[in-house]
Amino acid sequence: MTCLPKETKKKLGLVIDLDICVGCQACATSCKEWNTGGYSAPLSDHDPYGADPSGAWLNRVHSFEAKTAEGQAKTVHFPRSCLHCEEPDCVTVCPTGASYKREEDGIVLVNPDTCIGCKLCSWACPYGAREYDYDDGVMKKCTLCVDRIYNRNVPEEDRVPACVRACPTGARAFGDLGDPNSEVSQSVAARDGFNLLDAFGYKPVNKYLPPRINSVQVSPVVEKTAAPDGSRLEKLFAWADKALSR
Amino acid sequence: MAQKQPFLDTSPKVSDEIRQTTCYMCACRCGINVHLRDGTVSYIEGNRDHPVNKGVICGKGASGIMQHYSPARLRAPMKRVGPRGSGQFEEISWGEALELATGWLGKVRKTDPKKLAFFTGRDQSQSLTGLWAMKYGTPNFAAHGGFCSVNMAAGGLYTFGGAFWEFGDPDWDYTKYFMLFGVAEDHASNPIKKGIGKIKKRGAKFVSVNPVRTGYNAVADEWVGIRPGTDALFVGALIHELFRAQQIDLDYLIRYTNSPWLVIQDPGAADHGLFARDAEGNPLVWSNEAAGFGSGKISDLSASLTGTRTLPDGRAARTVFELMAERYLGDEYAPEAVEERTGVPATQIRKIAAELAHVAFKEEVIIEREWTDAWGRKHDKLIGRPISMHAMRGISAHSNGFQTCRMIHILQILLGSIDCPGGFRYKPPYPKQTPPNLLPHGAAGDIKPEMPLGGPHLGFPHGPHHLLLDEEGGPNRLDKGFSWDAPMSAHGLMHMVINNAAEKDPYGIDVLFMYMANMAWNSSMNTPGTIDALTKTDENGDYVIPKIIYSDAYYSETVSFADLILPDTTYLERYDCISLLDRPISEPEILADSIRYPVVEPDRDVRGFQTVLIDLGARLGLPGFVDDEGAPLYPGGYPDYIVNHERKPGIGPLAGFRGKDGSDYGVGEKNPDQLKRYIENGSFWEHRIDPEHAYFRHANRGYLDWGIEKGIRLTPEATIFQLYSEPVQRFRLAAKGHGDRQPPERARERIEKHFDPLPFWYPPLEESMVDAQTFPLHAITQRPMHMYHSWGSQNAWLRQITAANRLYIHTSVGESIGAKDDDWVWLSSHQGRVKCQVRLMDGVNPHTVWTWNAIGKRRGAWGLSDDAPESNQGFLLNHLISELLPEGGGGYRYSNSDPITGQAAWFDLKVSIEKADGDARTEPFFEPVGSGSQPPSPKKVAFGAEFGSKDK
Repeated sequence: MTCLPKETKKKLGLVIDLDICVGCQACATSCKEWNTGGYSAPLSDHDPYGADPSGAWLNRVHSFEAKTAEGQAKTVHFPRSCLHCEEPDCVTVCPTGASYKREEDGIVLVNPDTCIGCKLCSWACPYGAREYDYDDGVMKKCTLCVDRIYNRNVPEEDRVPACVRACPTGARAFGDLGDPNSEVSQSVAARDGFNLLDAFGYKPVNKYLPPRINSVQVSPVVEKTAAPDGSRLEKLFAWADKALSR
Repeated sequence: MAQKQPFLDTSPKVSDEIRQTTCYMCACRCGINVHLRDGTVSYIEGNRDHPVNKGVICGKGASGIMQHYSPARLRAPMKRVGPRGSGQFEEISWGEALELATGWLGKVRKTDPKKLAFFTGRDQSQSLTGLWAMKYGTPNFAAHGGFCSVNMAAGGLYTFGGAFWEFGDPDWDYTKYFMLFGVAEDHASNPIKKGIGKIKKRGAKFVSVNPVRTGYNAVADEWVGIRPGTDALFVGALIHELFRAQQIDLDYLIRYTNSPWLVIQDPGAADHGLFARDAEGNPLVWSNEAAGFGSGKISDLSASLTGTRTLPDGRAARTVFELMAERYLGDEYAPEAVEERTGVPATQIRKIAAELAHVAFKEEVIIEREWTDAWGRKHDKLIGRPISMHAMRGISAHSNGFQTCRMIHILQILLGSIDCPGGFRYKPPYPKQTPPNLLPHGAAGDIKPEMPLGGPHLGFPHGPHHLLLDEEGGPNRLDKGFSWDAPMSAHGLMHMVINNAAEKDPYGIDVLFMYMANMAWNSSMNTPGTIDALTKTDENGDYVIPKIIYSDAYYSETVSFADLILPDTTYLERYDCISLLDRPISEPEILADSIRYPVVEPDRDVRGFQTVLIDLGARLGLPGFVDDEGAPLYPGGYPDYIVNHERKPGIGPLAGFRGKDGSDYGVGEKNPDQLKRYIENGSFWEHRIDPEHAYFRHANRGYLDWGIEKGIRLTPEATIFQLYSEPVQRFRLAAKGHGDRQPPERARERIEKHFDPLPFWYPPLEESMVDAQTFPLHAITQRPMHMYHSWGSQNAWLRQITAANRLYIHTSVGESIGAKDDDWVWLSSHQGRVKCQVRLMDGVNPHTVWTWNAIGKRRGAWGLSDDAPESNQGFLLNHLISELLPEGGGGYRYSNSDPITGQAAWFDLKVSIEKADGDARTEPFFEPVGSGSQPPSPKKVAFGAEFGSKDK
């Protein structure tokens, strides 16, 4: 058993806007390329040019079809990574203390030096957010790019997770969800952001934003009646002549 | 247990150095920061200062490391030693390779230059490759535009002097209503993604018109699940509604378009349907103010849009506006008339038309900014109709794509939404003149041994007099471009080259020279036929296409069919020049160009293709590549050319940092430090245009004059939108027997029907020739956002996302044949059949099946193992698509292309589906291409292990 901090000073996390995620995989591959050389290095790939290429990814995008409120089918693109839960079972089940939740910012991490690769944490996580690296023999997971976000060797504006830095549509935001005044908290409040599998009670920090309703309220288009009689064509020409003679 | 948190270094070193260059994981040309550690590429991110991507990167771009270190990279020049396709090669030196190529090419040039066909797939260096082909003197040159998007380029350029994507963009900042036609997930990549994110956050409405609701379309606020090939009916119905409800911008039409121009009405006459003109050649309008005829070029605001006039010679003439209204108010474009064929309910068409009208005219955007129009009138504000549109392959890849594209532009223009705030905006150096003033070259008399061509190959004919014909009136180009088969084929027909060469129709060639085009696989129609053509032998056992030179960076399917391989570099090892002379990277308010430079040196014996081409040009003694003494003009290769070549005095491949001190742009002296300046600036150059020049650039005096000063425009005249296209009508008149250049009898009806000066809908050609009962379904492809063309499958990361494709079918289709997810089916067309696995979905037009493009691979290529899903389950629709249409009347088989532009009609495909027995493997299955010359691919990748912070 590993204990959680009573509370964390911050609740750093991601807010993902499902209204504009187009499923381009930029967050997934940017995550892979940053982290394969970062805290979790390497994220190994097995059989990379063969029958069953598979590797460790800390962020994956799932695309599936769902029905809209009007009953139309559309593809949903759903990025999934560790949600940095406030009450994560993946930490508490860890027999060695390798999995831990940081007191200062709430990030859930795995210490590769003490991880024994028992996989209890991956069974405990209902989100499937942990990835076992068969090459390294340890568990890997989203670190919220802990080696970027405070990194003095990275320009200040880039001190965000690699996935956020990459996202072309701006569907990913990073911030302190413990601070109700932060931009991310404000967007969650304004857009009815929701928890993934809320009923499980793990209190995920990451939030998802549902689709917006963007519509046009049309003023009734009243047909001009320049020429009360005649064909559509005659009406149009009469209207054009009248409009232009003003 | 209570935990003590381990120490964590949160500020590890990121890299030794960042080098900024331009991405090439797709065609968008985003700026990238390439991080290097110990000389290894360690991380690639977007360049925040770059005009194209402004810092973001896509799924492909962020996987560039795996492309750069792909095991499928070619390693050295090679000469074929086994039969074509066997993959038996012998590595040779560059000296030997270049000597061999020079020998083959030199012999052809001395005898009959047209026996060289030089075609490039990737074409970001077309201003160089085109120049080289021109100096060589063959008429047979083009890039891949003919099988990609020439319908969009030609449709746009003939209509309003711009085009979707590269020549213009929606005004993402102000648009309130965005319609996206036929764009799945690419073209463009990051710019559209950024735009969609931006407009949706602002609450603008996004309507997608696409048979499939994935990718961008998945986040659209409204989906129009249209039947493929019917977009012009849908757009025509929108226009019908706008005319009916009198919701069009009459003021805009009078100012900027040819709608008041008078069209001669004299059926049977040689000039019927042409514009009535004055003695100086100006098109006539009826001026109410002058109570007489006036010139259509002076934007006479009193010009009449209506009325039949009697010309001085006594004949009748009507305005374009009247002809147009008559066309679109016709019953055939009424919403009820098109709903069954398009699959779009009439109520939805009416609703969208009403929304367009509302947003255009009730929610106009006004920017208080002074500007002066082309005729000297001062304006104190910019009035915008905030409707924007973008369209690409779903429109382009049909044989009715040119007319459909033109019709979308007409819709935009009727709403007054071209280059206004919130509308569709040009990117400088556009707009160009309409019709474009660049003409094609390469007719019979122009081809002489050891002589250059008189001008560039590709252009925009204004009528039959600009066709490139042989002495008998037949095609003079191998691809039959600019012949009666495809008169306005502004990008050529690369998809016809190999098969025409093998059939010697219109003639045989000696050397086929190609660069980065996977023509032996996913870039050809009828792949099995193309492979046969590449390996076809004559009665002596000699190959009918005697010599094939191919340059590629990777071991693609096409490599094994070449006789001589010139190995190219990866995109991080090369110089490139993304030039204003070619395909610019400008944004609406930014004139820009860019370069690539080697951020790492190749570790193999490979050379950038452009440097090799310049070397060959010098060895062949081509004018423009050698000086008067015959010495190479650019001994430093491509970078030397980029800096020192001048197209006209002061105008070179790069527009930025010109002049001795680098302070000029556009026109200026050569600057020996130009590349250095680009590299210091992030490998791009940009000039922000004057705010007064930002809108209405087709008729913005300041912009037009600035364009001339900077060498990007040829005339100070406004670009007047050609709603009615006179060049198109000239071809129709020829088909009716007028003029001395006459089409062959078999082509008359086809030309008369399709060359309508006002856009109209006609059924796609294949569809109208095959039996609808036998082949009831449409079949199309899309490209996944994380893969592009064929390059992605060798990428260890990207292929983990998609290693095999499925055929996506509507649930009702699955139910009708009793197929569920992953079941095998036979998909058949008039050309052949393919065995593949299905996946059922609901977000697809029920008459349409689709799959991911270019995921299927041939065994042996791309460094993939024999059991890779790409070659066992992955499949291509290409096998089903014929490069020729079925035999029509008279027995002639036309290319499966747009009859106007020659654009490959990939999406005209009609198919039937039935459940297949058995399982296991896709069919047709091709013998593996030999790959013995390539090293084996690794069984494991642990990239970054050497960088890991825990090891430091």
